[in-house]
Amino acid sequence: MISFRVDGRSGVPPYLQLVQQVRQALRMGVLDVGDQLPTVREVVAEVAVNPNTVLKAYRDLEREGLVEARAGQGTFVRRRPAGPPPTTHSRLGRSLARWVLEARGEGLDDEAIESLLKVTLRSADPAVSDFDEGIA
Amino acid sequence: MNAGMDGNPRADGPAGFGRPEASRENTAIETAALTKRYRRATALTDCTVIVPQGRISALVGPNGAGKSTLLRLLTGLASPTSGSALVLGGTPRQDPGFLADIGYLAQDVPLYRRLSADDHIRAGGYLNQRWDAAAARVRLRELAIPLDRAVGTLSGGQRAQVGLSLALAKRPRLLLLDEPVAALDPLARRHFLSTLTTATADAEDGLTVVLSSRLIADLERVCDHLILLAESRVQLCGDIDELLAEHTVLVGPRKDTTALERTHTVVLSTKTARQTTLVIRRGAPLIDPAYQAEDISLEELVLAYMGAAAPAAYAHLSTVGDEQ
Repeated sequence: MISFRVDGRSGVPPYLQLVQQVRQALRMGVLDVGDQLPTVREVVAEVAVNPNTVLKAYRDLEREGLVEARAGQGTFVRRRPAGPPPTTHSRLGRSLARWVLEARGEGLDDEAIESLLKVTLRSADPAVSDFDEGIA
Repeated sequence: MNAGMDGNPRADGPAGFGRPEASRENTAIETAALTKRYRRATALTDCTVIVPQGRISALVGPNGAGKSTLLRLLTGLASPTSGSALVLGGTPRQDPGFLADIGYLAQDVPLYRRLSADDHIRAGGYLNQRWDAAAARVRLRELAIPLDRAVGTLSGGQRAQVGLSLALAKRPRLLLLDEPVAALDPLARRHFLSTLTTATADAEDGLTVVLSSRLIADLERVCDHLILLAESRVQLCGDIDELLAEHTVLVGPRKDTTALERTHTVVLSTKTARQTTLVIRRGAPLIDPAYQAEDISLEELVLAYMGAAAPAAYAHLSTVGDEQ
């Protein structure tokens, strides 16, 4: 079972925050096929969101085919999202952690690291980015 | 008529949303040109809103915008100068038949300070036909709120919870809450909202809530419907996700916006010497590529409409450059 967080100030609609957290939990292997999601009432009591928000999030996940509602029982994970298995995520996470350590060692703060990551993600081909031009 | 007003919030949105009463989208509240004038001032002007059943609606606006007036008109505590209101199918009036289905919590949580929560619960039993005293006691015990102490000795958060539990003990179909969390600390606020959302999830016959507040972050998590009042008028009314989807923030070079305004409604425009920031309500999907389009947050949306309604009062929020 996972527990949700909702950040009222993030600018991301609450239902989408719930959807993203379920997807993330599936990618990371925190949730697996057959696992049950918290009931609407449990989510509502825990994070104080509108019941319709939880229903909407679960419906979105159902439409994606990731979960299924079983009458009278609750909502269960049907499959994981497309993409590599959780082990790949943890391996890449570890190498990213090494890179972050190196960046911090060079004196970059979190804001600089985040903007570097964003620029890299946005460039069409990260391998031939603009960084050689000295933009960063 | 108000330019920014959305008089008719969708009919087909969350069809098959899970709960049958939510998918039907019957209206809990419907007002038409509701107006309240006092001797000196107009508190509410031409207020036309619809709140579908089963929603938690955020009633938002600056002080004096008319929020409390609207809530009092909906309970029948005040009567309109003109216009009409239909609440759960009836005209608001102070009689037991109409009020049986409505829970109302006024701004200052009026309780008898010397009486205990349990005294209030028992008194409610005499005054109401339908009264779930057991549920009120269970709820307060779960929150570890003493039932036998004078409510005057309780904290603000505990008193608000007592007030909410009393309002819920009626098993209302409509709950009107006037700034219930304004004076509470963040933790007490969270507990209050959690009690409220849980009650909504538990209500078997469906519960509609109108919650007035100035704390937008709280509202964004709890509410799925918005009524925005400013300068005594309705600026926006509708489903929050739809309103957010219809509006866009555009950031671009400073340039003439006449062409843009032919297709879209510009809610608010902020110009500096080099840059233009626009909040628009889209009239078509396509947007001038000279602008960078960004999703809007609820807070930005509310501020944009409040700023558009009272430019002088919100001028300090934006840096308006010289017109060159």
